[in-house]
Amino acid sequence: MSDAATHPGPNGAVAPDEGLGRQVVFPTPGQVMRMRMRHHKGFIFGAVFVLAIFLMAVFAPMLTSYNPYTQHLSHRLVPPVWDAKGTWKHPLGTDNLGRDYLSRLVYGSRVSLLIGFSCMLIAMVIGTLLGMSAGYFGGKVDMLVGFIITVRLALPAVLVAVAVVALIGGSMQVVILVLGCLIWDRFAVVLRTSTQQVCSMDYVDAARAAGCSTLRIMFREILPNLFNNLMVIATLEIGRAILLEAALSFLGMGVQPPTPSWGLMISEGKEYMLFQPYLITVPGVALFILVLGMNLLGDGLRDVTAPEGQA
Amino acid sequence: MLQYTLKRLVVTFFVILVVSLVSFMLIRVSGDPAIALAGEGATQQEIEYVRHHYGFDRPLIIQYVDWAKKALQGDLGESPYFNEPVLKMIRERIGVTMTLGVSALLFALFVSIPLGVLASIRPNTWIDRVALTISVMGQAMPSFWFGLIMIIFFGVTLRWLPISGSGSPAHYVMPTIALGYYATPAFMRLIRSGMLEVLSSDHIRTARAKGLRWGKILYKHALRNAIIPVVALAAVQLGFMLGGSIVIESVFALHGIGYLAWVSIGRSDLPVVQAIILLLSMIYVVLTFLGDLLNAFLDPRIRVR
Repeated sequence: MSDAATHPGPNGAVAPDEGLGRQVVFPTPGQVMRMRMRHHKGFIFGAVFVLAIFLMAVFAPMLTSYNPYTQHLSHRLVPPVWDAKGTWKHPLGTDNLGRDYLSRLVYGSRVSLLIGFSCMLIAMVIGTLLGMSAGYFGGKVDMLVGFIITVRLALPAVLVAVAVVALIGGSMQVVILVLGCLIWDRFAVVLRTSTQQVCSMDYVDAARAAGCSTLRIMFREILPNLFNNLMVIATLEIGRAILLEAALSFLGMGVQPPTPSWGLMISEGKEYMLFQPYLITVPGVALFILVLGMNLLGDGLRDVTAPEGQA
Repeated sequence: MLQYTLKRLVVTFFVILVVSLVSFMLIRVSGDPAIALAGEGATQQEIEYVRHHYGFDRPLIIQYVDWAKKALQGDLGESPYFNEPVLKMIRERIGVTMTLGVSALLFALFVSIPLGVLASIRPNTWIDRVALTISVMGQAMPSFWFGLIMIIFFGVTLRWLPISGSGSPAHYVMPTIALGYYATPAFMRLIRSGMLEVLSSDHIRTARAKGLRWGKILYKHALRNAIIPVVALAAVQLGFMLGGSIVIESVFALHGIGYLAWVSIGRSDLPVVQAIILLLSMIYVVLTFLGDLLNAFLDPRIRVR
């Protein structure tokens, strides 16, 4: 603290104010961010939605006593509790094979979160490498990366994903790999611009002048400053990956039955949706809440981590 | 302008070349087409026959050159499933997909332009919040699920609209909304931020000081400026929607090329799948090319870059 006091200014924690004869405490950037978080409604809603579904995934076995795979052919299509004939035995009813719908929903959150998170990680690695090298080296590298991005955007993502997954054979690993390799475009586009911005900073020049290697400058000087941007896109991309996985599974070319995936549950319930609409409304609402939460969280993060004056 | 056009044209050509190569390789490397074509329970001999008959035993690059050469002449091969030329199958169905894509784009613009403008002239009021809610929901809702919900509500409960097929304009209403809604948020955000920027600029203040009617200022001075980037986005979004129509077409059993692609993937009808991926990427590339040109034409500042 005594060190900070010798450097007055809005970025230090403490600054002496001699005119008043006492110390004025400026909030640190971290405190500003936390203050903004508490006042950002979208961020709070998003965080609550995502946290709720995350906890649901972690504590799945405690939330339901049924196995999501066990079929009871004598208890098929039991209506949910809000229906006149529903009971608390199966709060969300059962599906066409007599599996408890609540436990399929609860375990399905694991599938969605796992796929969303893993796809995002793969996409982040590819997109960060491409975007950072384009922004750092510029010139020919920049042109090449721009070209790769254009090619990727020209490929119809859903169609290519469906075709490749169907040909290789649907499984969770294949879906994760294929989607991860398809959705890196936003990482690359955004990181390219923000790397260009960071590159013009004095400390990057200082590192260059001090003789740091290119790799060190990229990963120790530039990358940490892109962290906020990375977090924002990562959150939004998890939502996008979850929606794509649901679409793939809905088309029957994603996660294979009997895995409880929300997209697959909608696809399986489609046949019965006219008389048992809960079969598609329940997993659909769950998907909606999770993706909505991710998007709100991402947009909120962008607002609260924005530099002064841009929030 | 000419130089800009030529530069973009060269890039577009290379993008098409690489896209065709990538889509060809992706499909070929993902699985053994001979095994897929021969069907389940085929003997080794039958698989070998299929492999040789369709030329799958040649090096991949030669297969690609062969395929690309024929594609350039308008021959996209034959569907082994239907024994029909792929081009003919696509030509019969592309109209449905195009109708759906264009009407979805118009729907998205029709919703987003008025809402975006209203939100920008009354920022942080209830109308801004309504617009924001609509856009946030559109980005989080799975489009196929939205389609199914509409089928239950408007098709079955209220019996207002037909739920599958493509016989009349009424058949396109729900698919258009389901597909177009997903694109609406992007347009709305762009128009809102663009309008906010233009409305705070000097020439608007001058126009107001001169005593021009507010409606005229909004339309002639503000919206005309804010709409320029929307042109480029519209081209991109139309490309995305044509690619994404595979999901919507399968929900509503609309027999366009998306539906054809889905069914063909299920049957391992590779020539059809390959042709559709190539076609959709080419449409996207051409659309973005036209969008960029139109943009440069409307906004001279872009040309010098």
